[in-house]
This record gives sequence, C-alpha cells and structure tokens, in this order.
Amino acid sequence: MADIQLTDLVKSYGPTEVLHHVEGGIKDGEFIVIVGPSGCGKSTLLRMVAGLESVTSGEIRIGGNRVNELEPSARDIAMVFQNYALYPHMSVRQNMAYGLKIRKLPKDEINRRVEEAAEILEIKQYLDRKPRQLSGGQRQRVAMGRAIVRDPQVFLFDEPLSNLDAKLRVQMRLEIRKLQQRLGVTSIYVTHDQVEAMTLGDRLMVLNGGYVEQFGTPIELYDRPASVFVAGFIGSPAMNFLPADLNGGRATLPDGAVLAVPPRHTGAATLGLRPEHLADDPAGPIALEVDLLEQLGANTLIHGRLQGTEHALTASVPGHACDSIGSIRRFSATPALTHLFDTASGKRLAD
Amino acid sequence: MLKRVHFPTSALPYLLVAPQIAITLVFFIWPASQAMYQSFLIEDAFGLGTEFVWFENFEILWSDSHYLASFQRTAVFSLLVAGLSMGVALLLAGFAQRVVRGAMFYRTLLIWPYAVAPVLAGALWVFMFNPTLGIFPYFLEFAGITWNHYLNGTQAMALVILAAAWKQVAYNFLFYLAAMQSIPNSVIEAAAIDGAGPARRFWTIIFPLISPTTFFLLVINMVYAFFETFGIIHAVTQGGPGTSTTILVYKVFNDGFVGLDLGGSAAQSVVLMVLVIAMTVVQFRFVERKVAY
Repeated sequence: MADIQLTDLVKSYGPTEVLHHVEGGIKDGEFIVIVGPSGCGKSTLLRMVAGLESVTSGEIRIGGNRVNELEPSARDIAMVFQNYALYPHMSVRQNMAYGLKIRKLPKDEINRRVEEAAEILEIKQYLDRKPRQLSGGQRQRVAMGRAIVRDPQVFLFDEPLSNLDAKLRVQMRLEIRKLQQRLGVTSIYVTHDQVEAMTLGDRLMVLNGGYVEQFGTPIELYDRPASVFVAGFIGSPAMNFLPADLNGGRATLPDGAVLAVPPRHTGAATLGLRPEHLADDPAGPIALEVDLLEQLGANTLIHGRLQGTEHALTASVPGHACDSIGSIRRFSATPALTHLFDTASGKRLAD
Repeated sequence: MLKRVHFPTSALPYLLVAPQIAITLVFFIWPASQAMYQSFLIEDAFGLGTEFVWFENFEILWSDSHYLASFQRTAVFSLLVAGLSMGVALLLAGFAQRVVRGAMFYRTLLIWPYAVAPVLAGALWVFMFNPTLGIFPYFLEFAGITWNHYLNGTQAMALVILAAAWKQVAYNFLFYLAAMQSIPNSVIEAAAIDGAGPARRFWTIIFPLISPTTFFLLVINMVYAFFETFGIIHAVTQGGPGTSTTILVYKVFNDGFVGLDLGGSAAQSVVLMVLVIAMTVVQFRFVERKVAY
C-alpha cells in the first residue's frame, strides 16, 4: 500500500526529450490509467516507475521514498507485461513462486500464497502446466497471479489486454477492476484503448507527445476536456469540431448558422459538439447532410457534413434511423453541452 | 499437411544436384569405403603384398595400450576444449549483450578468430608460447613457472587445448549471442522485477532458455575437437612430447603416414567414423527436436 508522487519527471534519449515535465500524484489504493496514442510515452512513463528505464531528471516517490536510484527489485512493485513475459521453462506454479523463492519465504508460505492466488484467478487446475500449454487468457491470469502473490505496494500493467480477443478483453477488464478493488493495491495501468481507460480508471492521465494533457476522473475528462486532443480522444464516437466565430453568447458556424453558446470569448474558436449531444430538432440550427449511416442497434450513427461545407459531422440518434444519403437532418445543441477551445493552442477556453 | 504439387518429370533436378552428388561420392563415400576396405587388410613390411584378415586390425587396436590411452586423452582433450570454449563464449556473449556503445565493434572483433586457419592459429600460439622467444613464458617466469611445452607433456596438452578452444570461441559466441537475443526482453525484466539479480537471472532464466543451443554446441564442439584440431596439433606439438598430445585423429595420421601401418590406421579411422556418425545421430535426434523445457 503506497501513494506515488511524480515530480517534474523528464525522460530523454540523447538529445530527444520524450517525456516533458510530467507531474502527478497517485493516492494510496487508487487505480490510475495512463492513456494516449502510440508513441506518446505512456509505456516509458510506466517503465520509469518500474525502474526499467532510468530517470533523466525529476523524481519518483513510492510511499514517500525516493526510488529514482533503486533497482526494480527494491521498489516493491509487480508488473504485468503486454506479452505476459512468463518464464517458458517453468510450470505455472514455478512461475508464480519465482519471486517468493528469491525473497526466501518458507516453502509452505509460498505454497499457501500460490494456491490462494490460483483460487482467486481460477487457474488452480493449470498449476502444473507449462505456459505454452495455456491459452492467451489463461496466460494473462498467470501473469496476474505472479503479480499478486508477491503482495506488492504497486501494480503496474503495461497494455495487458491488447493481445486478447475483444470478448475476452471485456471479461478480463472487469476481472482486473474487481481484483484491484478487492486487494486495494495502488495500480497504474497503461493502455491506448479509451474505453478500457474510461471503465477501469479512478482517474485518467491523458498523454500526448510526452505532455500530460489532462489528469482527472473519467467523467471530468468527458464533461470538461482540457484540450481538443482530450476531447477527441475520450468518448466514442469522437467529438465533432467546427470552426466558429464567437460573439458574446452566439457562435456563427461556417455555413452561417448561429448557435447559442456560453458567453466566454469573442473571435475565432473551435467549437466541440459530442455526437450524442446533438438533439434531433427539425427547427434546429445545425443542418447535417447525410453521407453514411452506421446502425448499431440501440442507436444509429449518422455521418455527414455540415450542409454546404466540407466539415465532417457525426450525430448519434437513438433507435433506428433510415435517412437517405444526401438528405438533410437538423439538430440543436444545449449551450451547457458545447465545448469551446482556443483555435491556436487547442486549450479549453476558461468557463 | 501441404498438398503435394506434381511437376512433369524432367532431368533438370537430377542435373542440378549432380555436382553435389559427384563431390560427395569422390571425396567422401569413395575414400570412406576405401578406408573400410583397407581396415580389413594387413600389409607386409615392404609393401609388396596384402592379406585380407577380417577384424584382426580392430582386435589389435583394442588390445593396444597406446591406442586406449589415446582414446582417454582424446576424451579429456575434447571435453576440456568444448567446456573451455563454450564457457568463455557464454561469458563473452553475456557481457556483449549488456554492452550498449560500440556493440558492433566488439562483436566483429570476437568473430575474427573463427576466420583463422587452424594451422595458422597453431603457429600463432607456438610463437606466443615458444620457451625461448615467446612472450607468455617470459611472464610465467615471474610467477615462478618454467614453461617448456616441448618437454612437459601436461603443458603441451594445456597449450593445444588453449589454442583449439580459442579458435572455437568465436563460433560458440555467435550462437550464444543469437540465442540470448531471442529471449524476449520482457522475460528478463519480469525476473528483475521479481527480485532476481543479474547472476540469478542468468542461471535461472537465461541459461535454461538457451539450453538447446548449449546442447547443439556441445555436439558441434566435440566433433570439432575430435577432428578439426588436427592442424593445430600438427603445428604446435606434432603429438608430442612423446605421445602426450596424440589424440585419435593425430594417431590415424601418425600411424598411417609416418608409421606406414595402413591397415591399422584405416581401422582407427573407421572407429572415428563410427563415432562421428553416432554424434551426428544424437544431434539430429535431440537437437532437431529441440530440447524441451
């Protein structure tokens, strides 16, 4: 059990800085998800916490102790790798017991812990098999078993579900969440999948190009994204962005339509509208020229363009829609559910 | 199962493999059968007549204490050569893997000895260890060791083992390095997080995972020590002093071309042939199947 404090953390490879002054506090028992596109530095950040990558400058504290200079083994952490990283020549039991044996725990204690973890993860019947005799999902459980028998201060997950099929991923996601709640161990989880991030994390750290774009609860990120990047990354389907000209509480869209928005700014800005916040309204100001329909059953995604322009626009309407291609559908938007961003910096305009 | 594709019969494939078959026949099968035939013959002292004697040459070998001593010597020699060269190669590969800067430079240097011809390698060591001119005897003198491999059989053996092992290190190094690089990094990292230090990681993770390579190299090195070290021994000690470095393959040459006991020499080479066939079979049976872990 421990809190983690990241202070002004920088990572460079030679002259190239890949992580820029990352700050963040993680409370004891919290489940933090680091999310971002490929190459944003999220795995590097996790590996720095693990001690597998050196820290260029800044400080990492686990449970109040500075760990920058500590070996991974001295940090009291456990990690689950993307490719499971099981020891191929050892049985499941030996895999799970390896770390305990090194800690020189008594034999019956090791056995007790391994059996207990195997019980929780439902892999008891596989204890004497080799990793290659297991399926992907079972290997994933063994990798988690190896982490939990150690009873560490911190769990680190490096995209642990990305090698599983979609159905198993959803199931394992729930299990990881349940397991973490049950054990109450501080966890950092890295993923590029925003759904995984939203569902798992107590709080999310969104990384982009080595910068922390936003660090907050999933709902904060959804309701008040701090930048165009976060707004576009969190939520599915992604938010619509339209250039707008602001004047008090009115925003003029490229096609001349006028929308009511919170009065914050004057001049050019980027207007963000979530597809699910576009309300069907035959008299609404937003006219969508339909290009394509995606039927999802419970709702329908209408992809198209703002009438008479090339600005892509997507709306999500409940139930089954059957608009013909090229037809016009009109929507309105509540001012409280519109987002305004600075055109140049992409930052959210202050409320 | 792959579907077998049938091509129209043609002479081309036979023509294409013909050169290889011809070479095998002329340089391997024919001499081997000649040796086998020769091993059943005893030639008189003047080389005027031969007598077909079935297995008498072999019977003589088994009761020849010199031959049995040579057998034992070869076993010691090849085990030490294999052990030494594989041990050093393993160590170097382990370190080379940790090198970050200039890795290519080290690896290239480490591979060079493999390109040196055995006789030249032998000559190199002869010069370095020459009792009067060599640099090593000069240094050993300070440690109170008098080096003269022309007189001291143990020192002579140590020298040929050293030279033979040195030449093979490069080859073993390459295989070990490749084997180590095929272990996923995350497995090593997982062990590090589990609390294993570098030495423990090596013995409990890396070494077991490269065991197929170790087994493969053991067979290859044994074959090397049995047969290909001839050039080194010929250049360094010529089997002496006395017979202290006369391993089996050198004895074949010595008895046949120096002692002119063609029948006995042929019988010895047949024994060697059986040994190498046995080792090859072991290698194919076990290595090809991959050592299971």
